[in-house]
Amino acid sequence: MDINKLSRMANQIAANFEANGHDKAVEETRVHIWKYWDPRMKAQIFGDTSQLSPIAKDAIEQLKAEAEAA
Amino acid sequence: MGYERQKDFGTPESTSNEMVTLTIDGREVSVPAGTSVMRAASESGGHIPKLCATDNVKAFGSCRLCLVEIEGARGTPASCTTPVAAGMKVKTQTPRLEKLRKGVMELYISDHPLDCLTCSANNDCELQDEAAAVGLRDVRYGYEGANHLGGAVDGSNPYFSFASDKCIVCSRCVRACDEVQGTFALTVDGRGFASMISAGQTVDDFLTSECVSCGACVQACPTSALMEKSVKEHGKPERSVVTTCAYCGVGCAFRAEMKGEQLIRMVPWKDGKANHGHSCVKGRFAWGYANHKDRITKPMIREKITDPWREVSWEEAIRFSADKIKTIKAEHGPSALGGITSSRCTNEESFLVQKLVRAGFGSNNTDTCARVCHSPTGYGLSTTFGTSAGTQNFDSADHTDVFLVIGANPTDAHPVFGSRIKRRLRKGAKMIVVDPRRIDLVKSPKIEAAHHLPLQPGTNVAVLTSLAHVIVTEGLADEDFIRERCDWDEYQDWARFVSDEKHSPEFLEAVTRVPAQTVREAARLFATGGNGAIYYGLGVTEHSQGSSTVMAIANLAMVTGNIGREGVGVNPLRGQNNVQGACDMGSFPHELSGYRHISDAATRKLFEDDWGVALDPEPGLRIPNMLDAAVDGSFKAIYIQGEDILQSDPDTHHVAAGLAAMDCVIVHDLFLNETANYAHVFLPGSTFLEKAGTFTNAERRIQPVRKVMEPANGYQDWQVTQLLANAIGCDWNYKHASEILAEISRLTPTFAGVTWERVINGDQLQWPVTDKAPNGSPIMHVDGFVRGKGKFVVTEYVPTDEKTGPRFPLLLTTGRILSQYNVGAQTRRTGNQVWHSEDVLEIHPTDAENRGLATGDFARLASRAGETTLRVEVTEKVAPGVVYTTFHHPDTQANVVTTDNSDWATNCPEYKVTAVQVTPSNGPSEWQEEYADLTAMARRIEAMEPAE
Ligand code: SF4
Ligand code: SF4
Ligand code: SF4
Ligand code: FES
Repeated sequence: MDINKLSRMANQIAANFEANGHDKAVEETRVHIWKYWDPRMKAQIFGDTSQLSPIAKDAIEQLKAEAEAA
Repeated sequence: MGYERQKDFGTPESTSNEMVTLTIDGREVSVPAGTSVMRAASESGGHIPKLCATDNVKAFGSCRLCLVEIEGARGTPASCTTPVAAGMKVKTQTPRLEKLRKGVMELYISDHPLDCLTCSANNDCELQDEAAAVGLRDVRYGYEGANHLGGAVDGSNPYFSFASDKCIVCSRCVRACDEVQGTFALTVDGRGFASMISAGQTVDDFLTSECVSCGACVQACPTSALMEKSVKEHGKPERSVVTTCAYCGVGCAFRAEMKGEQLIRMVPWKDGKANHGHSCVKGRFAWGYANHKDRITKPMIREKITDPWREVSWEEAIRFSADKIKTIKAEHGPSALGGITSSRCTNEESFLVQKLVRAGFGSNNTDTCARVCHSPTGYGLSTTFGTSAGTQNFDSADHTDVFLVIGANPTDAHPVFGSRIKRRLRKGAKMIVVDPRRIDLVKSPKIEAAHHLPLQPGTNVAVLTSLAHVIVTEGLADEDFIRERCDWDEYQDWARFVSDEKHSPEFLEAVTRVPAQTVREAARLFATGGNGAIYYGLGVTEHSQGSSTVMAIANLAMVTGNIGREGVGVNPLRGQNNVQGACDMGSFPHELSGYRHISDAATRKLFEDDWGVALDPEPGLRIPNMLDAAVDGSFKAIYIQGEDILQSDPDTHHVAAGLAAMDCVIVHDLFLNETANYAHVFLPGSTFLEKAGTFTNAERRIQPVRKVMEPANGYQDWQVTQLLANAIGCDWNYKHASEILAEISRLTPTFAGVTWERVINGDQLQWPVTDKAPNGSPIMHVDGFVRGKGKFVVTEYVPTDEKTGPRFPLLLTTGRILSQYNVGAQTRRTGNQVWHSEDVLEIHPTDAENRGLATGDFARLASRAGETTLRVEVTEKVAPGVVYTTFHHPDTQANVVTTDNSDWATNCPEYKVTAVQVTPSNGPSEWQEEYADLTAMARRIEAMEPAE
């Protein structure tokens, strides 16, 4: 799927949690993407985090680590 | 069931709790205080003759037919205007009364054409009935004197006509228009004998007047003066069946009045708890699409979308579809398959479509068109309150002191509830409207909003946060409520956040363009004005911050303590009839029915045990993701029931590209809609009159859909889904929609107590219906929030990426109008076309002048996504810098212009904000011309081989 669009979506989610402070925002973003994204969307963003904001990037890295551990 | 008119008690019901006992014709009767003598007699089985009284409007006391004798009282008072009193002794039949009534009736009849035998109201006419009731046998006055016979007939309205010679000037119509509908379109012109009913000014007829064709006057009329044309044409109905409107989320209950298999008229049902006997033009009159010549009743298939359609048998169409699905599944796996259901479909149909996808296809790629309207409501309200639904019943509005209506236009989109709000406003409640447009609730006859906040589209969160800022910083928060009902720590975090100076109305004025003082006054009114209720619509949800706005609304309700009792609450006004139900039924890709996440093993096990299959624990694709994945090549086939995504979804070019990339598109609908241009299989659908099931309205009320005629296509929609499921290897054996409802109740805790018998019985239950609330839950969160403590959520205003600039300097926002419904597939195929035959672009006079545009001119409307052309209407309803249109017509397709921006949490499209440019144009855009060619090609149907 279009990585630009997926990155935009992830950044948008992160931006809406930003006011909670970095750590809480990362956690909320991680849970949100885990709950609502289809596996192929997750797989694709795991492969390219270059366009992500700091919050989105940390959230995706955590999700990726969990997926790899599973 | 034979045909019986709905019972008319003469005057409205009294809501008093105090009972009064009196004697009527020797019988003791107890009724609530405030009841009229007429109603008391009627409720106890009697009947007092009447003409000017009817029970949905206040008594007027003009005809003098309802006279009674009351012991100790002087004269013969009118029973309709006389309230009961304790110990009162009433006589309704005496020789004196008989004589008086005969005299009154004689006067009426002497001025009335006695063509009863050929009159369309024959045997269904109150004048005729009452003449018989008073025993009038002959008329002493001839027709030689002055009379109204031979008066003109106004047939301008497409659905009803007004014959002035049949009018007895009882003014029931005028009062219905004023009191029930709130439009004030009718007047009694002249006085005494010369008085006449007229619609608007003398130059007006019904069509050109302010009349919105709700039908309230027609229903109130005791004679054939105001009469449905369908009754004139086909004659009086023979039976009636109670069912539910299939248009908007108000969910009005109707009597489908039938003659054989023919629908004669739809009449609002007085016992309907959502509408109490009122209706709008859509449900009341716009049902003719069911028999429209465009309706397709035979299945059709084609290998390629460039081929003409080929009519085939149901067996062949289902086999063809199943083969394709099975092949795609074998080659690409279950994740390449998905389905979409419509909020127009019944609960049972929606439930079956998601079951087909999850249990049959093996994926969670199921979605519903609520994705593009109220998915943020689901997210926002479940996060803050713990459940994805409005908190009140509609009756609650009768106890509201301050309404806050944001991003909704109830008088157009939810008309029956809009009338309800207006009625409450006329009784003194206050209104705050937050909307870029000057909608009717800002100002219309006899009502005016206390405050209108005409915000810049896309700044809802900023406005709501600034309202909260005022409430918290001015010490108006209801701290007792918050301490008891909400998470106090979260409240404090939130209160700190909103108190920041950067959330003050003064600071945000530059962004919202709402004067700070107006925001302050509105906030004070909402916090201190008594019961405050918030009603919102798609102007809230269809934004990049739709979910944040819903949560900001919930915050506002909690901080003012406006949750958990009558008159308050947070109320999403649902666009389509069954948005609530479609969401409840597990149509979203991440959750099963009753809003339980697919990752929850215990919930999954419940379904797996019941269905005998393993379910995928990962969420599936949403509609926009499906289209992206199709373009990308990983999504190959879709079953679309009752939804026209090409016309209704944003960024039409992208939708078209996604559909064109799929190997198998199955469209199940009434008409060859726009999406069907890209389909390989067309399965004809059935109308709401041809099937059984349930709809759930915006108040969570579960109401029956009754089959009043056989499906023209041969099958109810749930039966078609079952055929498809069985052809791909499922083993379903539902014989009636009630069996599907039983499965829903078995698997969904909030539906535990819902049975078909109770639905049919007219219980009109509001979920949750559980052991704790066996008769449903009109108001939610009464003793505590469903999630435990109410959650205040910090909602940072994040401006949309969609920004105006030199190329696209205006903001386009979209909406709906009264007479058309959504993509217009139904209403465009009815008489409603007379009110709205094309989409027009509203533009402010300054912007129009700068562009050299006048009302009626063609304009090119362009955004970064695409362009179209349409006519303009120059109006001050929109603010400078803002333009507005509807998307009811496929030849305009406003969604060519809307972008792929969407709500951050749910991907609900941002229909309400698109940066555009408007320039003069002299005809259709290139895209419109190409699309017209494509449609002509895609709709070809191969000539049938002659039968052997
Ligand atoms: S049109 Fe019907 S309801 Fe209206 S005044 Fe005449 S008779 Fe009464
Ligand atoms: S149809 Fe409705 S709006 Fe029109 S005149 Fe009758 S009551 Fe009024
Ligand atoms: S208000 Fe809505 S439900 Fe009621 S008749 Fe109109 S469209 Fe139907
Ligand atoms: S019905 Fe009471 S005065 Fe007309």
